[in-house]
Amino acid sequence: MSTEQELERVVIRFAGDSGDGMQLTGTEFTKAAAEAGNDIATFPDFPAEIRAPAGSLAGVSGFQLHFSSTEIYTPGDAPDVLVVMNPAALKSNLKDLPDGGTLIANSGTFIEANLKKAGYATNPLEDGSLAKYKLNAVDISQLTLTALDGTDLSTKEKGRSKNFFALGLVFWMYGRDTEPEIRRIYQQFAKKPGLGDANVKVFKAGYHYGETAEVFQTQYKVPPAQFKPGMYRNITGNEALAIGLVAGAQFAGKSLFYSGYPITPASSILHSLAKYKNFGTVTFQAEDEIAAVGAAIGAAYGGAVAVTASSGPGVALKGEAIGLGIMTELPLVIVNVQRGGPSTGLPTKTEQSDLNQAIYGRNGEAPCPVIAAKSPGDSFYAAIEAVKVATKYMVPVFLLSDGYIANGSEPWPLPDLRALPKFEVLHRTDPNGYFVYQRDPETLARAWVIPGTPGLEHRIGGIEKDALTGNISYDPANHEKQTHVRAEKVARVAQEIGAPDIFGDKTGDVLVLGWGGTFGALRQAASAVRAQGKKVSHYHLRWLNPLEPALDEIVRGFKHVLVAELNMGQLRHIVRDRYLIDAVGLNKIQGQPFKVREVVAAIEKLLESPAKQPAAAGNGQEYVIQ
Amino acid sequence: MSDAAKKPIKLGKKDFESDQDVRWCPGCGDYAILATVQRALAQIGVKRESTVFVSGIGCSSRFPYYMNTYGFHSIHGRAPAIASGLKIARPELDVWVITGDGDGLSIGGNHLLHALRRNMDLKILLFNNQIYGLTKGQYSPTSAIGTRAASTPVGSVDYPVAPATIALGAGATFVARVADTDAKTMLGILERAYQHKGSVFIEILQNCPVFNDGIWDTVKDDPTGHQMHLAEGKPLRFGENGKHGIKLDAEMRPHVVEVGDGPGLTPESELLVHKEQGSTAYAFLLASLMQPDFPVPVGVLHRDPKPSYEQMAIQQVADAKAKQGEGDLEKLLYSGMVWEVGADGVKH
Repeated sequence: MSTEQELERVVIRFAGDSGDGMQLTGTEFTKAAAEAGNDIATFPDFPAEIRAPAGSLAGVSGFQLHFSSTEIYTPGDAPDVLVVMNPAALKSNLKDLPDGGTLIANSGTFIEANLKKAGYATNPLEDGSLAKYKLNAVDISQLTLTALDGTDLSTKEKGRSKNFFALGLVFWMYGRDTEPEIRRIYQQFAKKPGLGDANVKVFKAGYHYGETAEVFQTQYKVPPAQFKPGMYRNITGNEALAIGLVAGAQFAGKSLFYSGYPITPASSILHSLAKYKNFGTVTFQAEDEIAAVGAAIGAAYGGAVAVTASSGPGVALKGEAIGLGIMTELPLVIVNVQRGGPSTGLPTKTEQSDLNQAIYGRNGEAPCPVIAAKSPGDSFYAAIEAVKVATKYMVPVFLLSDGYIANGSEPWPLPDLRALPKFEVLHRTDPNGYFVYQRDPETLARAWVIPGTPGLEHRIGGIEKDALTGNISYDPANHEKQTHVRAEKVARVAQEIGAPDIFGDKTGDVLVLGWGGTFGALRQAASAVRAQGKKVSHYHLRWLNPLEPALDEIVRGFKHVLVAELNMGQLRHIVRDRYLIDAVGLNKIQGQPFKVREVVAAIEKLLESPAKQPAAAGNGQEYVIQ
Repeated sequence: MSDAAKKPIKLGKKDFESDQDVRWCPGCGDYAILATVQRALAQIGVKRESTVFVSGIGCSSRFPYYMNTYGFHSIHGRAPAIASGLKIARPELDVWVITGDGDGLSIGGNHLLHALRRNMDLKILLFNNQIYGLTKGQYSPTSAIGTRAASTPVGSVDYPVAPATIALGAGATFVARVADTDAKTMLGILERAYQHKGSVFIEILQNCPVFNDGIWDTVKDDPTGHQMHLAEGKPLRFGENGKHGIKLDAEMRPHVVEVGDGPGLTPESELLVHKEQGSTAYAFLLASLMQPDFPVPVGVLHRDPKPSYEQMAIQQVADAKAKQGEGDLEKLLYSGMVWEVGADGVKH
């Protein structure tokens, strides 16, 4: 007879071979948590290799899910429950499991060959080395085969279903409703009904195993979380970003032209948009990154809302063309879903190390606005804003995301479309008194005149142009003037930035300053320290260029400014440069997001330090995550 | 509006000249090309506002500044990519690409390949002068081996490419060749290129009087009888009164023969006959004929009409709208796993 225990929150991590279906298992269990009304945050963490050799450490793929009855911001620092499908998954994930944590291992894979591949001399399930964990060794491989006895499937095909056994088992552990999952499995395998039947059989077997096996005596219940009333959906960052681009184009009254070249972790934006053709969206898979941005510039010249997306290496290739967009003053959105760098770096891991690239990464004085999304759902709004600023100011805009929010998901309160501000985009058609670089007095934008307009035929290009006529000009004073105007135009984007949304008081001991996908960890850390009565606030930048006008005053209101980023201090250097304050860094370059406790520790350390403000001549001290 | 104002005004060559001073070197072959393109557009009767010239970098790429149409002087090698985006976004525009042997075949080789492969409806004019002019005379991908230039004082050791073979290999659906000063042939080709809905590649043999003067002298005014004008359905003949012709042997090797009936002569019936829509093997053979052993074929080498990229891409959008209905943002947002949280703050 099983008992039931209520928990506030659970962090569970599924880990196995790249071919074990861990991402699917994680995604499906996430849906179940969302269905149960929990708040959720996910963190898929997988290798760049599609199918690294089976059983190898290089091939381990993981998916972490945090589900809770209270509001949460991150996928959790450490798992409470770790499900490992083979020895390699155990080896590479065990260090994250706290003492006393629950470990479920597929014992069927703990055979000599696999143990050797993972570097185990003896079987850890049997040698007592896992004594400090709640170990549940289950022969998932064999139980899966047994469940499929008598079916036509080959042994190999049967083996592929084992992730559904694990899924069924955790469904039982947390008392999840199996019916919606069974429907989803049938839907997913509609074209291969044999596999659908098999997976459902194995899923049910996993569930019933939990029910009957004595080891799993306790069933845990995580009650629904409290949310603001309204409609919700589960969404990943790249999905939200893609829909945001469609929305932005629609608000501008235009069609969306999207060009990209396949690159991790940006490709799924192209996949999503390719399905939205009925919105008039045209997607163009270009021959390379340069062609992708080139085609977008051509489409922008033609009057489309033009977007290209990539990740750091691809953005590096686009640099020259982005300069052309800046020079010809055409609206363009460049999305960078950042990953670990430099060079090929860590394709499937997250990092924030392309901020300098976005702000400075072009030849010449070539400024452009830079905006960053802070969460999966926020990517929708950031995309709309990027489109708005690009078209209003006639300028290429960088939209920064990262691998963590691109692939991570959260319950997202659906926006009220009627409440979102529309923006009008006009094309000049009046030939009277037209000059190519005549500017709007408020935005400094030149008129967006598109080919096909009679009487306004003109030429643009990458050579410096006269500040009014747009004719080629090598005049020294004109070049300086144009350089300043291009900079001033970007500076004026500050007009679009609303009132500062600071978490906590406007003055205090520590200001945690961040940007982009670290939002959840920073907010939760600041919130935890504030709960202890400490004078800590959190400010999260949306615009990185230009900087928010309010920031000047905000950073001066605190004894310490802690700039927390997943890089070597790129924003910190900008803040120190701009405001001449001794900002301190919390920097992590491991391809992994911040853990809340790491941020809390850095804040607490700073709280104990003597005040540095407003001294200007510090040495740029930073805390490095060990 | 008066009747006179309603009536479309027939534009002349001058209407396609911009107000900018032309800055090519005196004697540059580009002047002749510019004049002929301006005449061709007037003759075809295009609208200035619907015409866009996109170029890369190099001497030839200054071309758009001198056309009183829309124009975009972009960056080195990327014109085909920029033009592709423009054409997809605005298929109703006539998009011309101006490039050179360095811009199109070296730094921008990849974009040229893919624009042609996709059968994008772009009219690509490649000015081939076998040299980098704007950077002061380095050898280019079309320079003959042994070319002595600024960067190769003792002669280049690269084998050159024949631009038309690259275009054919990439799948261009209209491939032609003409010399810069041969206005008559060029006008004919440009008119036909304009009518072709797909990727057009025209190699223009262009003289650079400063860094590579006279490179095409043996071809362009045909002083040696080595220019072979192609005519549909006509045997391949060249030279004075068509004295010579091209014949294939059993190994598919071309030979120059003297045409006629009698000993040592080849009857016309044994010559190759020009077919624009002939086999690709024939088109390649034609494109590969090079001096000094062979004449230089001029005219339309190959045509292969088929649907263009942007036509098909736009059709997919139209089909999606017909099938799924005009996109509804609200519906898109509310797709996937959607749930409601009630007034009590809990999911229902």
